[in-house]
Amino acid sequence: MGEYLLAVLILAVIGVFLGCIIGIAAKLFKVQTDPRIELVTELLPGVNCGGCGMAGCADFARSIVTGENPPNKCPVCSQEAVSAIAKALGIEVGDTVKKVAVVLCGGDKNQEKVENLYNGVSDCVSASLIAGGPKSCAYGCLGMGSCARACPFGAIEMLNGLAVVHNHLCVGCGKCVEVCPRNLIKLVPTETKVHVYCSSPEKAPAKRKVCNVACIGCRKCVKAAKEGQFAVKGFKVEVNYDSDNLPSEEVIAAAACPTGCLLTTQTHYEIEKNAGVEK
Amino acid sequence: MSSDISYKTVSFKGGVHPAKDGKSLSGDRPIKTAPLLEKYQVIVHQNIGAPPKLLVAVGDKVKKGQLLAEADGFVSVPLHAPTSGEVSAICDIPGPMGVPVQAVEIKSDGEDTWTELLSPLDWRNAEPQELKDRIHDAGIVGMGGAAFPAHVKLSPPPDKKIDYLILNGAECEPYLTADHRLMLEEPDKVLEGAAILGRSLGVSNVFVGIETNKEDAIAVLLKKASAYNVGIVGLKVQYPQGAEKQLIYAVTKRKVPAGGLPMDVGCVVQNVGTAAAVTDAVKAGIPLIERVTTVTGEPVKEPANWRFRLGTPIIKAIELAGGVASEPGKAILGGPMMGFAQKSFDVTIMKNTSGILLLDAKDVFQYESNPCIRCGKCINACAMNLSPGPLGAMIESEKFDLAARAGVMDCIECGSCAYICPARIPLVQHFRRAKAEIRRMTQNQKK
Amino acid sequence: MSEEVKNEPQLPSGNELILSSSPHIHDRENIQSIMVKVLLALMPAIFMGMWLFGADAIRVILLCSIFCVGAEILWCLMAGKPTSTVKDCSALVTGILLALNLSANVPWWLCLIGAILAIWLGKQIFGGLGHNPFNPALVARVGLLIGFPKLMTSWVPTIFMGQNTQSYSKAFFSDSIWMNVLEGKLDGITCATPLGLAGEAEKIISGAGAPQLFSGITTSEAYLNYFWGNVGGCIGEISAVALLLGGVILVWFKLIKWQIPLCYIGTVAVLSWCINLFFPGVTPPALFHLLTGGLLLGAIFMATDMVTSPMTGLGAVIFGIGCGLITCVIRIWGNYPEGVSFSILFMNALVPLIDRVATKKPFGYIKRTTEKGATA
Repeated sequence: MGEYLLAVLILAVIGVFLGCIIGIAAKLFKVQTDPRIELVTELLPGVNCGGCGMAGCADFARSIVTGENPPNKCPVCSQEAVSAIAKALGIEVGDTVKKVAVVLCGGDKNQEKVENLYNGVSDCVSASLIAGGPKSCAYGCLGMGSCARACPFGAIEMLNGLAVVHNHLCVGCGKCVEVCPRNLIKLVPTETKVHVYCSSPEKAPAKRKVCNVACIGCRKCVKAAKEGQFAVKGFKVEVNYDSDNLPSEEVIAAAACPTGCLLTTQTHYEIEKNAGVEK
Repeated sequence: MSSDISYKTVSFKGGVHPAKDGKSLSGDRPIKTAPLLEKYQVIVHQNIGAPPKLLVAVGDKVKKGQLLAEADGFVSVPLHAPTSGEVSAICDIPGPMGVPVQAVEIKSDGEDTWTELLSPLDWRNAEPQELKDRIHDAGIVGMGGAAFPAHVKLSPPPDKKIDYLILNGAECEPYLTADHRLMLEEPDKVLEGAAILGRSLGVSNVFVGIETNKEDAIAVLLKKASAYNVGIVGLKVQYPQGAEKQLIYAVTKRKVPAGGLPMDVGCVVQNVGTAAAVTDAVKAGIPLIERVTTVTGEPVKEPANWRFRLGTPIIKAIELAGGVASEPGKAILGGPMMGFAQKSFDVTIMKNTSGILLLDAKDVFQYESNPCIRCGKCINACAMNLSPGPLGAMIESEKFDLAARAGVMDCIECGSCAYICPARIPLVQHFRRAKAEIRRMTQNQKK
Repeated sequence: MSEEVKNEPQLPSGNELILSSSPHIHDRENIQSIMVKVLLALMPAIFMGMWLFGADAIRVILLCSIFCVGAEILWCLMAGKPTSTVKDCSALVTGILLALNLSANVPWWLCLIGAILAIWLGKQIFGGLGHNPFNPALVARVGLLIGFPKLMTSWVPTIFMGQNTQSYSKAFFSDSIWMNVLEGKLDGITCATPLGLAGEAEKIISGAGAPQLFSGITTSEAYLNYFWGNVGGCIGEISAVALLLGGVILVWFKLIKWQIPLCYIGTVAVLSWCINLFFPGVTPPALFHLLTGGLLLGAIFMATDMVTSPMTGLGAVIFGIGCGLITCVIRIWGNYPEGVSFSILFMNALVPLIDRVATKKPFGYIKRTTEKGATA
């Protein structure tokens, strides 16, 4: 009996002793943490996408509290979440413009005229290093899904050799923009309805040689739309995403784009989805 | 050094020995000079570093050797017209990397009249700086493949003392024979160029390294070398014997530190073709407007070595070589180990185009996505002592930071690992991707 | 030089150009050819086993091969993977290695269980060829050894031993030891391996009984038998000469790192020689250790499996020495008479660590360490 008691006693003494050490250490080496950081971290989405440029949400929360970054720099937060953070910290924030990504290329497998036989790693960056990639258009989507793999929200789908963004899933973190070796992906205001699905700066004949749905710079859309809604850049037309007055869906009918690269997000998605089914 | 030329065979460690070297296709064909073409499309940015500034406009008349573009900054070289005629267009043409590049199209007038050339220099008495300026003015770049401006290599910072100049005549790439023929047919030009380069650097240890499968070239150069105070070093036939760091190690047993430059160990390496161009530039004032290129491969009817003007489309080069006997499965600019696959025949000859290689469709091997069986052959083959197999696995799972720590940036992309890999993993492509990603990441960090 | 008599040179259209990364040429070797060469190297051992054990051995080898290939196909079908992985012959190699590790008299279902253990548990659950940390054939062997110890350690005599194997075993020992110690431990049908006999003897007469204990199993006649393979044991492990020949083939084709068998066998030799020198009663002499049991099979064919051994030469040295040490420890002091399988499996588990330690320093690394030391 005595032996058992002794064992219990020894353990108890050791336990108390170590407990005291921990207690003292906790007092001595206490790290002052700002309770506000924890609060803000909780209000942030917590997906650690890195879209703000910091290493995860906790780091971003710290930077908000120290004033390095405004809370609306988080691309994922809703307007309410941002204002909640602002209220908690007692700071002012302006309106955030919610953005989504869009892949500005319509050259899917059906439209792209010549494709060389590619043999290698199925990844856009890798492919772009081999003679510029297998597509004949040097500016088109390579269709190997690097952006889709990079997206932390699963918002990009590969359809018929083309990356298509699902607007309702995209939070605009910009991960895909970084990885695309062709720089085809743009962050645009969520309200944008219409896009010119072409990014090639080449002249029209060169583009037409390799692709059916290239923007040939005919400016029909520019004429059909209001002033400042479209911008002509080189040999192609772009939607002027910075303007307050984004083009409406009616533009498409009015412009009657001869190649069909002026599309709404929805029709673009449907075209690619159905094209994939046909094949 | 003087009269007793020592000749020995040296090598680096690692590498592979491609079974089929293909050199017999064009190795015994003397260099032929290509006839004048109707038009040339000269790519403007032919050197590593800043692109030169264009000086001509559409409609301008130019003469052979006239400046088309002037150097923009220190790491840049001027560009000269390959023949006389009219600038008919300045347009984008397919570049060797697949990306469209700017080119000057010159419509030949058939006269081929020279512009006023720079005055010849007496190099034995000229100032080193004078020689460097001339090499720069002649638009000379490394003609082995990298197209690094030659004068930059010749101008080391004052704290780096250079004591070795090594001329690279290894030509370890299978199929290519341009340097071999050049050394065989114009040994004086090569050796004199070596001596000029040596003088511009103030270096007396000048060596030409040649793989021992070019016995005839070694014999010719050995006979003449003493006149120019140049040493000849035999190199074991092993790929990549001609890679800069490996060549330096083979000849001097010095190791260029990882991430460092040859000048860190007191060495400068130039290609033998570059040396020949230097001789022309210094002794005759001729700028770099043509180069020797091997047109070869099994489908080519008459594989040969040609002296092409810059801006010759490769389809013309193939035509001169008699066309093809069968439709090629692959077109490569450069050699089979490090060259770049092309998707168009409209690419034109540049200052660093050492070869145009066509492969039969049946000879084109397919990369597969087999698992690594950890045989370790890649590790033995790697000339940089990296571990390509594990590196490739890291990159496949997109762990670029790990790959960077394991030294992927030191990879010289020689292709030995992918050549030997029994699982046929596209290792070099993985490494190139990792390098691109790592560069992008560091750039983002700087921002 | 041929004069230029060209009509219209045929020009390439460029429609069939394949785009891929450099290098554009490749060595002829692929996984399949490697495996076929390994099979070739296994041939001497296979033929020796077939000759010495007769139809029984052929049956086991065939069964194991078929079951292993079948198990691979079945797994691929179940996992929805292409069954083309069978073509690389790795399952066939595993099957034959497994058969070589079995006795010639094992029932067919043992082969089946072994094949499933090897292919499924040893290889496929890790992701298939190239991802398995342990040698599949050894996983199966050890699994069977633990699950069916009796079946796995009852050996059949070779054709040269005649029917009465007991007298064969008896010939190894002096009468007194035989009568007092081993009689009754061995039944009349099976045939003990020399290592097993030595182990049994060791256990019963420790220390003092000493050197003469092993005298029967270390005569020059006995050594000759071990060398040619006229001795009880697994189908593949008995004939030293066949295994050595296979080893020469493997090294010739550069399929294995010669450091592994050399260091493995060398370590066992040195260690057992030392121990035998100082404590002659503890273990038989070195040559006995080298020629008997599964050491040669293990060192030449099992430890050198590419997937489960280190990738660098230095790593191979460490790996070989480790295998040798553990084998000796198990053989001399362990409960099992044989320790090759366990030692290789144990070292397999250490391979990632060994690879880490034995990675080659990149070319021109010397300067970099100082730089890194400053920053890190």
